[in-house]
Amino acid sequence: MAATIRIPTPLRKLTNEQETVEVESATVGAAIDELEGKFPGIKERLVSEDGEVRRFVNVYVNEEDIRFLESQATPLKDGDDVSIIPAIAGG
Amino acid sequence: MSKSAGFMRALKCRECGREYPLEATHVCEFDFGPLEVVYDYDKIRKSMTKAALAKRPETMWRFRELLPVADDPTVGTRVGYTPLIKADRLAKWLGVREAWLKNDAVNYPTLSFKDRVVSVALSRAKELGFKTVACASTGNLANSVAANAASAGLDAIVFIPADLEEGKILNSLIYGARVVSIRGHYDEVNRLCAEIAGKYGWAFVNVNMRPYYAEGSKSMAYEIAEQLDWNLPQHTVVPMASGSLLTKIHKGYQELIQLGLARDTKPTVHGAQATGCSPISVAFKQGMDFFKPVKPDTIAKSLAIGTPADGFYALKVMKETGGASDDVTDDEIREAMSAVAECEGIFTETAGGVTVGVAKKLVASGKIPAEDSVVLCITGNGLKTLDAVQGHVGKPAEIKPSLREFEQLIESDNKIKSK
Repeated sequence: MAATIRIPTPLRKLTNEQETVEVESATVGAAIDELEGKFPGIKERLVSEDGEVRRFVNVYVNEEDIRFLESQATPLKDGDDVSIIPAIAGG
Repeated sequence: MSKSAGFMRALKCRECGREYPLEATHVCEFDFGPLEVVYDYDKIRKSMTKAALAKRPETMWRFRELLPVADDPTVGTRVGYTPLIKADRLAKWLGVREAWLKNDAVNYPTLSFKDRVVSVALSRAKELGFKTVACASTGNLANSVAANAASAGLDAIVFIPADLEEGKILNSLIYGARVVSIRGHYDEVNRLCAEIAGKYGWAFVNVNMRPYYAEGSKSMAYEIAEQLDWNLPQHTVVPMASGSLLTKIHKGYQELIQLGLARDTKPTVHGAQATGCSPISVAFKQGMDFFKPVKPDTIAKSLAIGTPADGFYALKVMKETGGASDDVTDDEIREAMSAVAECEGIFTETAGGVTVGVAKKLVASGKIPAEDSVVLCITGNGLKTLDAVQGHVGKPAEIKPSLREFEQLIESDNKIKSK
């Protein structure tokens, strides 16, 4: 099984400019660890010292914010789309 | 510092303090924290004196040194300097000694405070060489981007939630902007735009231009202070969607203190939300310094942001200034809109109803003491949200063109005084 993670522009320097990365992990948290294995340094950009997703980082699984799902325990299945997006203001 | 930066020094991450060049970029590459413009205040102090200000035209650009453009503005040069109205009748309704309305319902040209942020964002976008501008919007921002882009000869693409008020949709289409309506709520529109902004080379005013754009809101604070003869208000009540306006009004007051233009009288800033979308006010009332995202359900669509990006900072400002936060239901919003209209002759949109309704609650609970003075930020115009009051403000009395019918009507009508 594989889910696709879409990498936001500010992090593409770490992924050799790759816009998407395939992961095999079963949860969002595990997928972040899997990303770290492939692209060392990326995890600390996404997760703060206390293990939580950084407050200005939003993670979506199939367009749904993981904070409405099970946060990092949110399960991933084949074909899921994961987006990592900086929080932005507007109105 | 290069000459082309004007009074700006750099972009700086609000979280970790890393600095970045003054380009179209909005997040720190390290921790995704928002970038903010930092200025050369020593240079500003020399240039922006009260004597110099007295000679300048009455637009928001009289405070140009504190707005992030390198050269003179080229878009929206007539925006701002909206009336600050002493609202004695509304003060009675609120139960407070003195109330003022900062009336951006008549901001030029699109009747909301968004003209302030857009004129900054588009002026800066032109300086950076962009030809196409875009935004994610709950309506007012889209209207302003569409109108100001039209007058500047820029192409505009605006993204809105599909369920917006008809008035706000037409108010973008008329200017010839490409309007893309997304089947989802604002937070979903915003998420999509963040992804689009990474892919296309456009100036997204609330995404990659955000550090510049957001600073435009400070002009509301400068104007309030100058209109009160350089006194800072005891209390300011500000509606919160992303929380950006509240933090920028606070920043505006603090800058005036720093520049010696106003005395530090410890102005208190309060935040208002609609109960149907109240992540910030709920967090504040629970004493939290973080918020839980929500799915909005309110008639105050211009405030319907469930994941408020500046929520953390808004909470911090309210706490530090001794402010408070509350929220009001749809019925309370309509009631407050009617109060502003009936007391002051001002038709504000739902967001104004939120501000005024929450102000009443804060006075009732003593968080705004009854003997104090309060400024209420009216950010948009009621003509754009007619749907919200349709069916709630009564109907015209319809009669034949007959004097007898009129006399019958007036006898039974307690709204009209016959003598």
